[in-house]
Amino acid sequence: MATPSHTSGQPGPLPAGASPAETWSEWSDRHARTFFIAPAVTLILIFAIFPTFYSIVFALSRVKFSPTGLQFRTVWFQNFQKQFAGNEQVHFLGRLENVSAFGWVVTIATAAAAGWWLYRSLRNGASWIGMIGRLISAAAALAITFLLGATLLSGNNWGTLMTTLFYVTVGCAIQFVIGTALAFLCSQPISGRSFFRVVFFIPLMITPLGVGYAFKMILDITKGPFQPFWNFIGLRDWAWSTDAWAARWFVVLGDSWQWIPFIFIIMLAALENVPRDHVEAAQVDGASSFQIFREVTWPQVVPVAATVILIRMIEAFKIVDLPNIMTSGGPGIATESMTLHSVFLWRANDMGNSAAVAYLLLILTVVVCSSFFNYVVLGQLRKAK
Amino acid sequence: MSAGGHKLETANRSLMERLFEPPAIGKMSPAARIVAYGLLLFWTAFVLFPIYWVVITAFKSAQIVNEGPYYIPFVDFTPTLDGWRAQFATDANCDLYAIGRQLVLFVYNSVAFILSPVVAIAPMEPQICKVFLAYTNSFVISIGSTVMCMTVGCMAAYALARIQYKPKFGNIVMFVALALLAILATTYAGLHWAVSAAVALALFFFLARAIGRHFTVQLGNNDILFWIISQRILPPIVVIIPVYMMFQAVGMVDTHLALIIVYAVANLPIVVWLMHDFFASLPIELEESAQLDGATRFGIFWDIVLPLTRPGLAAITLLTLILNWNEYIFAVFLSTAKAQTMPIMIAAKNAGERGILWWEMCAIIVVMIIPVIIMAIFLQRFIAKGVLLGAVKG
Repeated sequence: MATPSHTSGQPGPLPAGASPAETWSEWSDRHARTFFIAPAVTLILIFAIFPTFYSIVFALSRVKFSPTGLQFRTVWFQNFQKQFAGNEQVHFLGRLENVSAFGWVVTIATAAAAGWWLYRSLRNGASWIGMIGRLISAAAALAITFLLGATLLSGNNWGTLMTTLFYVTVGCAIQFVIGTALAFLCSQPISGRSFFRVVFFIPLMITPLGVGYAFKMILDITKGPFQPFWNFIGLRDWAWSTDAWAARWFVVLGDSWQWIPFIFIIMLAALENVPRDHVEAAQVDGASSFQIFREVTWPQVVPVAATVILIRMIEAFKIVDLPNIMTSGGPGIATESMTLHSVFLWRANDMGNSAAVAYLLLILTVVVCSSFFNYVVLGQLRKAK
Repeated sequence: MSAGGHKLETANRSLMERLFEPPAIGKMSPAARIVAYGLLLFWTAFVLFPIYWVVITAFKSAQIVNEGPYYIPFVDFTPTLDGWRAQFATDANCDLYAIGRQLVLFVYNSVAFILSPVVAIAPMEPQICKVFLAYTNSFVISIGSTVMCMTVGCMAAYALARIQYKPKFGNIVMFVALALLAILATTYAGLHWAVSAAVALALFFFLARAIGRHFTVQLGNNDILFWIISQRILPPIVVIIPVYMMFQAVGMVDTHLALIIVYAVANLPIVVWLMHDFFASLPIELEESAQLDGATRFGIFWDIVLPLTRPGLAAITLLTLILNWNEYIFAVFLSTAKAQTMPIMIAAKNAGERGILWWEMCAIIVVMIIPVIIMAIFLQRFIAKGVLLGAVKG
């Protein structure tokens, strides 16, 4: 992408080399098109693209520290193989033994649905690039369903991959529903809207670490503010940090507290952009507010909704601060996200595996987000036009 | 309940109708209103309670925290300054005035540090120095990277909105291939990184000159824009180890500049994406007439375009500032002592041998979130106007 810097013969305001004694400002103006874009492209090339490629070297090696620097021993895909089939499998994917009949049924049902979907799009004349994309999405969906069937539905513990997906899907769903509901309430004609708006916006701005500590304090069974409540329901001696599901849900709770405002502000702006006359016409016809929301407002904000979920998903895959602070990934590995998994491996000086997990996170994020973008966001945008 | 404006009808309506039917078009029925206010107030409590709890915990003593929950200062517990004293003063018996004075000095010095050639730093209690260092680092790094990110990002966004770029696909493939070769040469052949980078770059320019014009497939501005925005998908953890190695190679680990650059790059996609929308929506005639008058591109950008996008600029600057202020994962890897930021300082409090000292931690969190809440209230004004909505609409 560094090509703009040398596309010769470009149409500039002055023809190249027009005056023999060119001033500095003329010279810089002639190259303005390069100067405008070059810093951004260079920065991204050096600090995003280059490291992404360089991490492949780490992911394919066993890295050792030596007095002269790092020593790489290429082990090819051993690091990745370890995550999927080797001794890291339980940590990354979960325990995949004794898959229950129900797990198999769900997997086979998904396989059938994915196969039918591929067959249908092939019949409808999809391009070969489109087919490859669909194949990847279908394979990812199948793999994730199998993992779900083999871990959760068979009573096995799951690994960091499924935990990350849990945070992303459950977190995004909760945040979207509540955020949109609050935005809808705030778009109604009630007084004090600007107050609610400011208050609801605040959590987004608080450092995730602060949120983690605040929730850790509040959810404390013996010293937290809800101690009388825990006592009342007889959970005086319970510790949620030793219960895998409670810990996961509490991490989602903290994450939602922080991110609902994001959905809220964008959806509020979108709802307020819906033309007043459409809504008023429906009101004159005697529609209830719920009907108006479903029939008039919702179709107009769906494109924004799809986009905002996509943005939230992209950020949700990076979750690390909250589980790190609230539970340190525990109990066991129950609340460990993939980023945290990678950080822990890095702390143990296992750079090869750390990079491999990070790379798998990148692949997972790209596959899930681009599937969502292609099949949901683009579809909604096209429908809106 | 403002059902009073419709006296004609209310006389004939039963109580149920009055409760559940809106009094006028564009109004809510009393029952719906009660439910709406109930939900909104519940959510207000849910949002404010964690913040309230952090603030009151900052004024609790160790004993009060460990005994169990106490909810209201002055009513069921007596607020103390233990947490504040431990962080911000050496005198174990000092009063609110002394701590307040230290805090004012602390904020003053943080600002003075940025302007340090001009303003002298006031002397402070030694205790405060560690927090002060982190706070100042956070200030310097988030402001520095916001300035860098906005400058670079706005220029790129403007260029992509107004200038046609046609990079050739073949050149890009060539660049990537050469970069990979350089990486392999550095890692396996033991070449010095600077040598291989220089050779690869020179080779690229040479080859682009020599065979570049034979490539026919061209990309457009939208491809570049998508490429820049899509960098946001990249999880920080993927790039952080190589970035760490790169900074180590040039001896820049644990410096402010390293964090400034990395934060700026991390937020560049957001800035380019949102600003591109503002620049694209400006009328092009203004710029064209300025160009006819002989203004340069930089002149047009600086004197005409930027002032026109002031609301968007302000909103995105605040957003970037807040994101940088809260950044954690890059700082974990890239700062060890000198460049430690506030989030690292707070996270480090987790691992004490006496357990978490909640009262001290909360005092630091309060100090850290005060500037953010002030910024958030300013930012909220822009967001209320839907300033950031344009780009999301797609």
